[in-house]
Amino acid sequence: MAGHAPAKTEQLPDFSDYRGVWVHIHQRDGVAAPVGWQLLGRAREMAEVLGCATGAVVVGHQVRHLADQAIHYGADVVYVVDAPVLALYRTQPWALAVSQVVQQYKPEIMLFGSTNDGRDLAGAVATILQTGLTADSTELSVDPETRILHASRPDFGGKLMSTILCKQHRPQMVTCRPGVFPAPQPDPTRQGRIVEVPFELDESEIPTKVLDFLPEEKKVDLSTAKVIVAGGRGMGGPEGFAMLRDVAEALGAALGASRVAVNAGWISYEHQVGQTGQTVRPKLYIACGISGQIQHQVGMQDADIIVAINRDPNAPIFKLATYGIVGDIFEIGPAIARRARELRARFAQQQPAAEGAREPAAASPSGSSTA
Amino acid sequence: MHIVVTIKQVPDTSEVRIDPKTNTMVRGGVPSIVNPDDTHAIEEAVRLKERHGGRVTVLSMGPPQAIAALREAISYGADEAVLCSDRGFAAADTLATSYVLWAAIRKLDEEEPVDLVLAGKQAIDGDTGQVPPGVATRLGWPQLTYVRRILEFDPQARRIRVERLADGGIELLESRLPAVVTVGREINEPRYASLPNMLRAARYQPRIWDRKTLNLDETKIGLRGSPTIVSKVWAPPRRQRPPVIMLSHGDRDPDAVAADLLDRLIADGAFDWAPTPAPAAR
Ligand SMILES: Cc1cc2nc3c(=O)[nH]c(=O)nc-3n(C[C@H](O)[C@H](O)[C@H](O)COP(=O)(O)OP(=O)(O)OC[C@H]3O[C@@H](n4cnc5c(N)ncnc54)[C@H](O)[C@@H]3O)c2cc1C
Ligand SMILES: Nc1ncnc2c1ncn2[C@@H]1O[C@H](COP(=O)(O)O)[C@@H](O)[C@H]1O
Repeated sequence: MAGHAPAKTEQLPDFSDYRGVWVHIHQRDGVAAPVGWQLLGRAREMAEVLGCATGAVVVGHQVRHLADQAIHYGADVVYVVDAPVLALYRTQPWALAVSQVVQQYKPEIMLFGSTNDGRDLAGAVATILQTGLTADSTELSVDPETRILHASRPDFGGKLMSTILCKQHRPQMVTCRPGVFPAPQPDPTRQGRIVEVPFELDESEIPTKVLDFLPEEKKVDLSTAKVIVAGGRGMGGPEGFAMLRDVAEALGAALGASRVAVNAGWISYEHQVGQTGQTVRPKLYIACGISGQIQHQVGMQDADIIVAINRDPNAPIFKLATYGIVGDIFEIGPAIARRARELRARFAQQQPAAEGAREPAAASPSGSSTA
Repeated sequence: MHIVVTIKQVPDTSEVRIDPKTNTMVRGGVPSIVNPDDTHAIEEAVRLKERHGGRVTVLSMGPPQAIAALREAISYGADEAVLCSDRGFAAADTLATSYVLWAAIRKLDEEEPVDLVLAGKQAIDGDTGQVPPGVATRLGWPQLTYVRRILEFDPQARRIRVERLADGGIELLESRLPAVVTVGREINEPRYASLPNMLRAARYQPRIWDRKTLNLDETKIGLRGSPTIVSKVWAPPRRQRPPVIMLSHGDRDPDAVAADLLDRLIADGAFDWAPTPAPAAR
């Protein structure tokens, strides 16, 4: 929660020595989290409005290659803090590293992904720097006159948006939701500057040790899926989702769900779309037996094409949809799966050369539909 | 052994309604509850106490009615409760909130050394998860957030081992005590209040600490101490979408509807596996 704005006009301190819009590029084992690139795209647009440079901060060990990638994705300057004690993510040394770079090079805006690690880190950094931090923003804009960042986030169950400002402190810090801003196309010819920042910290001063890391077995990443087939209460139970999984497979789609379906235990939480689930922006979103309440909408309204299949012609989802089908999903769903398989078989025959390189018709591509 | 649990009283957001004319929250009649994640923090603290002995103190910053939340915590098995309450604390953001909680934990630590602070992973009203990292950083204690299981807790050896829900997987962490740990609903199933605890809770009076008790810097509390402000609250404009094309009003054969839909989607270029434009749409 943030405080409420005083009505009076206020004096703003002189922040002219703070310049640049920066992004923390989170990484594990030298692989960057996609949200970093997504934010770099938005940072670049804001830096253009402000007429300043875009910065990226990469913390870790042997992560130099990420600096080049960050430049390709839009960074003008990349600050690399590379040290053996930073090899694995740990709050305290990473927070010290990020804070040190910020204190030394003074960005006016600093963005983090609002993942568990990103929130953990940003909360510590903002406290070290004694500055404002806005959580889980989904919209960012800057005022070129005052150079103040307007960070907006859904509030009150997604019914309203709040715009939050940090006027009297720098940098203005924000964590942002993954999947909200599109990642830019990387440009391998882009040039930038890499600044290596020395970092001194002895292992004995770090209170926490990472004894082990168990990667999630099957990560359901809906945020990069091009086609999503999602089910809600109308699926009636796990059997309904088995049918829907078959539809998703036939279309080469990932599987999404409403909170009702997740809470009922028909499908796991990783599939949930919406305010308390994932935000997705696929090319195509097919909502099956989902009424389209606001908390669901905020997670999928940016899909290019929305198909609604629902028994109730008055369901709110039809207001949002590109194509609407009033009907029983248990009749329409299997018909779609049959037709899709038919068409894919036909296309495969027409273009054996092109299709030869691909998987057979029934296989699902990346963004797998399995739970 | 002394565990402090920070809890927040929050409006039950599932009951919150928005006045469409004024774009403000309709507070009237909205029940206040203990932040759901915090009930799991209380349960975990009580379980640790049952195993190791010692005491659980619940701590909250809020208006006087937050006493109700602290009493609820007592009914779940907490021993003592402290409310940080002062007009000057109003409108605090996460930085100003963590300042007050930090000062209160330091005071509790002077009374009886604190081994562990347990907190919820996030509050449903603000949804930030920023207060516990703020408290931990100010205390200079390690922070272990999004913990789904405490594997080992050894106040004698001053050591804790946890499983943390990290990005992309589960981390097994070992840290030293005292530490700040945040938890969510994965960690345990909170118990119901026992009758003796309910009776005790009904009579219980928490200690109330204000800015003087805590000897706080006036510039760091409440609105003045909050770097962030809400500049406006607004209803998001709906994205302009062309009117829906209804392919069936429940009156067409499912196979015909499916064929129609797929032809249109293929013509729209929705599928990687289909050539565009689709032969059927020509
Ligand atoms: C704080 C908060 C956060 C929330 N976060 C989320 C979130 O992240 N994601 C989310 O999804 N929800 C979220 N919700 C819940 C949200 O308000 C709705 O309750 C939920 O989205 C409804 O799910 P549903 O559409 O599946 O169910 P319902 O609203 O019950 O709709 C089911 C639909 O299925 C149709 N149907 C039934 N049978 C059939 C059939 N055989 N064929 C075709 N159609 C059929 C019905 O006509 C109906 O329209 C949140 C709520 C709160 C308060
Ligand atoms: N005013 C408060 N009083 C006590 N604890 C709080 C307060 N605000 C936040 N917390 C604690 O911090 C956790 C995360 O809250 P937040 O950072 O606001 O999402 C909560 O679950 C509480 O444990």
